[in-house]
Amino acid sequence: MSLIPRPASFASAANPSPTETAASPEASPLSGSHPVAANAGGANTSGGASTPLKIETRRMNFFYGSHQALFDINLRIPERAVTALIGPSGCGKSTYLRALNRMNDIIEGTRHTGDVLLDSHDIYAPNIDVVALRKRVGMVFQKSTPFPKSIFENVAYGMRIAGIRNRTFIQETVERCLQQSALWNEVKDRLKDSAMALSGGQQQRLCIARALATNPEVLLMDEPASALDPASTARIEDLIIELKQNYTIVIVTHNMQQAARISEFTAFFCQGRLVEVGLTKQLFFKPREKETEDYITGRFG
Amino acid sequence: MSETPTPRRPLSPLPEKPPIPTTSPTTFVGGGLVEESFDLALARRHRNGRIFEWVCWLATWGSVLILGVLIAAMAWQAFGWLTPKFLVSMPKRNPAEAGILPGIVGTFWLILLTAILSVPLGVGAAIYLEEYAKPTLLTRFIQLNIANLAGVPSIVYGILGFTAFVRMFGLARSEYLISFGIGTFQLTLPFGRTVISGALTLALLSLPVVIIASQEALRSVPPSLRHASLALGATKWQTIRYQIIPSALPGMMTGVILAMSRAIGETAPLVAIGAATYITFTPGRIGSLSEVVTRPDKLAQVPFDSFTTIPMQIYGWINEAKPDFQHVAAAAILVLLAILLISNGLAIYIRQHFQKKIRW
Repeated sequence: MSLIPRPASFASAANPSPTETAASPEASPLSGSHPVAANAGGANTSGGASTPLKIETRRMNFFYGSHQALFDINLRIPERAVTALIGPSGCGKSTYLRALNRMNDIIEGTRHTGDVLLDSHDIYAPNIDVVALRKRVGMVFQKSTPFPKSIFENVAYGMRIAGIRNRTFIQETVERCLQQSALWNEVKDRLKDSAMALSGGQQQRLCIARALATNPEVLLMDEPASALDPASTARIEDLIIELKQNYTIVIVTHNMQQAARISEFTAFFCQGRLVEVGLTKQLFFKPREKETEDYITGRFG
Repeated sequence: MSETPTPRRPLSPLPEKPPIPTTSPTTFVGGGLVEESFDLALARRHRNGRIFEWVCWLATWGSVLILGVLIAAMAWQAFGWLTPKFLVSMPKRNPAEAGILPGIVGTFWLILLTAILSVPLGVGAAIYLEEYAKPTLLTRFIQLNIANLAGVPSIVYGILGFTAFVRMFGLARSEYLISFGIGTFQLTLPFGRTVISGALTLALLSLPVVIIASQEALRSVPPSLRHASLALGATKWQTIRYQIIPSALPGMMTGVILAMSRAIGETAPLVAIGAATYITFTPGRIGSLSEVVTRPDKLAQVPFDSFTTIPMQIYGWINEAKPDFQHVAAAAILVLLAILLISNGLAIYIRQHFQKKIRW
């Protein structure tokens, strides 16, 4: 397997010297001690671009009924950067992603232990309103799911349900979000048309615009490009690189080249465990764990 | 295995007879079916397909033919009897003068009230059961019983309605005059054999159908829509209000249309609650369309007045001794069919309108 990271994707990445991170004598993530000084912490102390912590999970276990899907996940996700979650199917990476904006709550019989912290506050604390949380932590799904409404109304939906009535504000925000998601030029003359008439790639960019319109701090993306053709995928990837200036992005992907192209940090999940996490470059070129190496070189998964 | 690689023979065109196999169809060569027996089997497979299609064609057009014969027979009997005067006259002892007006008006009020009672209740219950209720033993029990109630014979609902609404479990009779500024109407308890008793009974009868159809419609809304809405910070109520109900509305309306169509034709429960077959006034004694606006007291009296419906009138006429009443009954049947078709058509038109608003 060949890795061809686009140079652009690393332009703003915190870039500590390999020796510094390699030297940190971290225990295996599986041991349960803090394994991730190498990603956010290491980046922080490197003296380069500052990447403070946005999301942190501590000793998190997750259960579907009696089935445990995640085991003791300790992961720190830095602000305004792209963190990719990779791993074979069924490894728990999507479950982990959905735990970050409590979308798992909808599923009957799910529970978790441990802490999930957003800006150091436990998002599962009883005083947290899940609706307010999801406004801060937006989500884009694998399958593009436009509402059966007009393009304009799709983007305006988040604002309307939040109770915003100011028409000019809504119009401006819709335009800004469509521009941010690089869709404006294609749809500006047909904002009143059904969103279902858009192509797959356009629909997915519309979903991203829709997620941006609620002005979130974090964007969770669950394989946002897996159902798209290469051209659309490239556009989505450019968009993600663009968005990380302002948003913290966590992306689940099956496509390792994609993870290499767009993310600063990569976490490798396998069978519900976080095997390894670190700078994307490091994880792909110098994985510490044998399992990671086997996966990224295509020996399994 | 000594296979000589022969080029694959083109398949014979389908309508022609299959080629006679040179070997028996069960002969296998080298573990595979020989070409000839494949062709033979293929011809048989296509033939089975055509037979099935033909059976389905027969099932459809056979039913249509029978329906056509029935309607033609009715039309033949009703010919000369179904006149404009028939539509606007009161029933008479003389078949030549008999009319169906109280039935038409009674059916209209009855179904209107039934819909007002059963649609909000049914849709509300469906939304609760699908969206809010936790799958406990109790909700499963309720669910099972709704399905059972949909299969209960309508006469049973009639007996229930008679006890609960007409007699109110033997409540002593009392009359109240209720004034509302511009008019007065009389409320009698128990309800007696009035429109409201009939509507409550038919509402009970329709509820299971409305609930089940609405639940089906809600269930068919893609979960991705729900997730997308919730992920944007919508509350559960907003998700239901702005995404789920609009998407489920056409399906819900289909259920309501079916339930109301069934209610229009119901006779047995109305016989059981003792609705009139022969009555010479319309509910509320409303004499003309303008009185609906000018006499609100008469409008308020409508639910608490005696009534008949078209099926009840048909039932009454069929039991008449004079043979000419059979023609009157046939004419009434045609009117009932026409009303069913028109109201269904209208409801479907409205449904299409809603469907268009959802911009799939």
